[in-house]
Amino acid sequence: MSATPIATTRSSAGMPTGLLAVWWVIASEIVIFGGLLASYIMHRLAHDAWSAHAANTNTWIGAFNTLVLLSSSLAAVLGHKAAEEGDGAKAARQLWYTFAGGATFLVVKGFEWAMEISHGYTISANTFWSFYYTAAGLHATHVLAGIIIMAVVARKAARNVDLHHVELIGVYWHFVDVVWIFLFPLLYIAK
Amino acid sequence: MSDAHESHHGNYWKIWAWLCALLVVSVAGPFLEIQAVTLITAFGIAVVKAYLVAVHFMHINVAKRYIVYLASTTLIFMLLFFAAVAPDVMQEDGSNWTKPAWIAEAQTPPTVHGGANPH
Repeated sequence: MSATPIATTRSSAGMPTGLLAVWWVIASEIVIFGGLLASYIMHRLAHDAWSAHAANTNTWIGAFNTLVLLSSSLAAVLGHKAAEEGDGAKAARQLWYTFAGGATFLVVKGFEWAMEISHGYTISANTFWSFYYTAAGLHATHVLAGIIIMAVVARKAARNVDLHHVELIGVYWHFVDVVWIFLFPLLYIAK
Repeated sequence: MSDAHESHHGNYWKIWAWLCALLVVSVAGPFLEIQAVTLITAFGIAVVKAYLVAVHFMHINVAKRYIVYLASTTLIFMLLFFAAVAPDVMQEDGSNWTKPAWIAEAQTPPTVHGGANPH
C-alpha cells in the first residue's frame, strides 16, 4: 500500500487537489481577516480619538517588517519557479530565505510589542490597542504557522520530494503578505 | 504542480522592486501632511501592491476562473458585512434606536497609562 495520501496525487476541478485546498483556505481567511479589518475601519472612522492612539505605533518598524515580508514573498516565488524547473536544492534554499524573512518579522514584532507594552500600551488599554494586538497577533500566528510548514516543505524539497508543495506554501505565504499590505497602512500610516 | 502555471514566470525581481518603490511612497505620503494624499498613498497604494502580489506572485490571473469567483465572493460577503454593521457602529442614533450611553463612554479615549511615545 502506498504511503502517499490519494488527495496529493489526484487532480480535481482541473487543478491539483492540494492547490484547490489552499485556495479554499485563503477564501475562508479572506472572511476572517476581512471581517476583522472591516470592523477596525468602521470603528476607526467613527472615533476620531483613535488617531491619537494610532500615533503611538512606530511607522519605521512597520515599514521594515513590510520590506521583510515583501522580500520573503520574492524568495517564495523564486522557490516556486525553481521547483517547477525540477531544481529541488534551489527551491529549498529559497524557502529557507523565506523562512528567515518570516522569523525576522516575528522577532521584530516581538521587540515592538515589548516596547509598546512597557509604555503601557497593552491589549486592554483601550479599544484601539485591542484591535491592534488582535489583528497583528492573528497575522503573526499565520506567519508562525507558515514558517513551520515552510521548514517541512524545504527539507523535503532539498531531497527533490513533493516539489509541488513548494507552490502550495508559496501561495499561502503570498496571502499572508497581502494581509500585511493592508494592515500596515491601517495600523501604522493612518494617524 | 499546476499545469496552468508552467509558462507564467515573469521577472520577479522587477515586481519586487516596484513593491519596494510603492512602500517608500506609502511611507513618505504622510510627511506632506495632506490627508487626501495620505489616504491615497496609504490605501490606494496598498490596493496596487496587493494586486501586484496576487497577479505576479500568486498567479491568480492564470488560475482557474472559479478561483477568482471564489475569492471575489468572499470579498463581497465582507462588504455586505461592513454595510450591514457599519451603521450601528458609526452612528449615534437611527430609526427607533439610540446608542446606549455606556457604549459612548467606553469609546471615549485615551486611557493609556504610562507615557512616552515610543515612536
